[in-house]
Amino acid sequence: MRLKTFPGGVHPHDSKHYSSSKPIAEAPLPARVIIPVSQHIGSPSTPIVQVGDEVRTGQKIAEASGYVSIPQHASISGKITKIDVFPHPTGNKQLAIEITGDGQDTWIDLVNDENYLNLSTKEMKDRITEAGICGMGGAGFPTQVKLSPPEDKVIDTVILNGVECEPYLTSDYRLMLEKPDEIINGLRIIMKIVGAKRGIIGIEANKPDAIKLLTQKTQSQSDLSVCPLKLQYPQGAEKQLIYAATRRRVPSKGGLPMAVGVVVQNVGTAFAIYEAVRFKKPLVDRIISVTGAIVKEPHNFKARIGTLYAELVELCGGATETIGKVISGGPMMGFALPGLEAPMTKGSSGLVLFNEQEAKFLEERDCIRCARCVDVCPMNLIPSTIASAVKYKNLDLAEKTGLNDCMKCGSCAYVCPAHIRLVQWIDTGKIRWAELQRSKK
Amino acid sequence: MKDIYKVSPAPHLHDHTSIPKVMWNVVIALVPALVAAIYFWGLRSLWLTLAGALSAVVTEALVQKWRKLPVSVADGSAFLTGMLLSFNIHAAAPMWLPVVGSVFAIIVGKQVFGGLGNNPVNPALLGRAFLLASWPNLMTSGWIAAKKGAISGMNDLSLIADSLKTIAPKAHALVTSATPLKVAQTLRDSTWVASLTSDPKLNNEITQNIFNNLFDLGTLKALFVGNIGGCIGEVSVFALLLGAIYLLWKNIIDWRIPSFYIGTVFVLTFLFGGIKGSSPSIMLPFFHIFAGGLMLGAFFMATDYTTTPLTKKGRIIFGIGCGLLTVVIRLVGGYPEGVSYSILFMNVMTPLIDRFTIPRTFGEVKK
Repeated sequence: MRLKTFPGGVHPHDSKHYSSSKPIAEAPLPARVIIPVSQHIGSPSTPIVQVGDEVRTGQKIAEASGYVSIPQHASISGKITKIDVFPHPTGNKQLAIEITGDGQDTWIDLVNDENYLNLSTKEMKDRITEAGICGMGGAGFPTQVKLSPPEDKVIDTVILNGVECEPYLTSDYRLMLEKPDEIINGLRIIMKIVGAKRGIIGIEANKPDAIKLLTQKTQSQSDLSVCPLKLQYPQGAEKQLIYAATRRRVPSKGGLPMAVGVVVQNVGTAFAIYEAVRFKKPLVDRIISVTGAIVKEPHNFKARIGTLYAELVELCGGATETIGKVISGGPMMGFALPGLEAPMTKGSSGLVLFNEQEAKFLEERDCIRCARCVDVCPMNLIPSTIASAVKYKNLDLAEKTGLNDCMKCGSCAYVCPAHIRLVQWIDTGKIRWAELQRSKK
Repeated sequence: MKDIYKVSPAPHLHDHTSIPKVMWNVVIALVPALVAAIYFWGLRSLWLTLAGALSAVVTEALVQKWRKLPVSVADGSAFLTGMLLSFNIHAAAPMWLPVVGSVFAIIVGKQVFGGLGNNPVNPALLGRAFLLASWPNLMTSGWIAAKKGAISGMNDLSLIADSLKTIAPKAHALVTSATPLKVAQTLRDSTWVASLTSDPKLNNEITQNIFNNLFDLGTLKALFVGNIGGCIGEVSVFALLLGAIYLLWKNIIDWRIPSFYIGTVFVLTFLFGGIKGSSPSIMLPFFHIFAGGLMLGAFFMATDYTTTPLTKKGRIIFGIGCGLLTVVIRLVGGYPEGVSYSILFMNVMTPLIDRFTIPRTFGEVKK
């Protein structure tokens, strides 16, 4: 059978072998966590605790500051010791709440609703909202917003994103192998909330055992299916996954999946949704891959939100060579960090270490118009033209050639023989374009 | 916080391609054609090619030194330009000819516009056009015959050559000295046909006879293997196809331009390639795609990155345009061959093509 996929894209080596065979290991309770108030897309949450307050694990410490926002919870029990700017896993510094643990891990009261699948959709959504869940594949869009399509939109399909197309990362893969029932129940909850008749789990062909296991588990349920996909980056991008699985095209210029009757959720998010709805458990931990050729013992950790990256690297026995680059997230779209002092957040799917050779900086040259970027762009844009248009401040041309439809997957820069930082130029253009629009108003 | 690790924008992976890798791979892909040229014409083909390639490298290095720019000749792009230029010269040409052509190609064709990536037309073809305009005799006459074949390499033609010697000396001269395309062009010239002998009927007979011998399997074989007179680089279709397959396999060139270029020539010459009184034949299009510089042009010159369209649709238009112009020049125009001029012309059209073929974004709704 020919596997489904999308047009365009690239084939970086998946490098998942470093950590793919490592079962999820519970990371020891950290002595200190740093919980940024902004771990998601939307307005940052507002702290509701003060320095000196005692908190229990799962206790809300910052509340949502609007519709597109989420609350944050203490991921360990202990004392609030600082509310200040701390290094953030996107590379800059942001407001965060520091908790120094008491080593007890005293939890708030959780429930165990055996009958959770029969809860009303409102109750389900309330529990998800309270749990502070955002998309755990990396982008971090507040989940309850995604699960609240306008009344007039009919959603017929929910797609669970088990693609994990970023090289190196294996957190979603391990979760699918070790918690398949929970993920499927998470999918059931999502389907119930949005009223979808059909659930599809999209998984790339480089995870045959996950495909097999989830196919077995869903066999008896006629409305659920597993969609094996051809290995191709960026298949995990929402629009590309929807196209691969359903042949539907999400409209460009800001179109959302709901426009074609689809809601997409990451498998990690589905797991968090399951825990939130069944146990009322807030999102205080997640699976994160700490991996790379130079990591002494690569791991898939179940670790508390706010655990410092440095601590996770230490738990892996450190690096076997001098570290050249630290990447928060996957190597195609992740952020290079200046140090390991940043904490992991709800969107931290992985931490990848490169040695100095892998981190080598490639000198940028003039574009030779080879059009490789055009051939691989999954959004059908002309990346080289957008980049040079931004460079020469011709934002109109940049917009016309697709500036705002770029999702920054990095396929263009990955294949560029002139090593042009196409994504960076396009990103600069997006910011300038937004500024221009604001100044026009 | 101490800054210890490298910070750079995503993506942090690269497929390890680079400009030098691309350029030197194209040079590698041209090696079979060079080997064929050495086989058919001797080592002089190699010396001429090296003269062109090395003078291009030296010129580029000097210009960059003078402009105080980083010297980038190691990337192979100047070498490739010089090599392609030499490939457009025949093996008996004087050694200075490719040197002058390369210097012109690098300075006027490339560096005045800012170097690699900024030139509007293919520098090698511009160099060739310059040489052709300045030294037409050196460029178009004095071919040496292929060592292993008859004059013009067309065995069947050489069989009838002797019989023409006394009846029609002009026809004899044509089939013994011109390239296949020149023969094909001349046969279409009615004044030439009328001037052969005093008997119009005999003239037509002679013309038909040459025509039928030109467009036969023997000629095709000679063209495919390279047993003919011509430029260094265009000698062997087989050798050029080897290089082309390598480039396609390495994903260095896109299939669109060569396919549509060659396809257009094939279709148009099948429809319009005959002469008065000839019957349609599948030999016509095969002759036209094997003869002259089409294979070299379609796979190695019309695929030059900088001077061809970025968009996929644009590349198709570019290929068709090249094919159309090549056929018009070959069948209607004053030159026997039109590959280089058609590519140059389409090079100039490239910005316009790009402008009108901006692709529809994924998911964009038809307006």
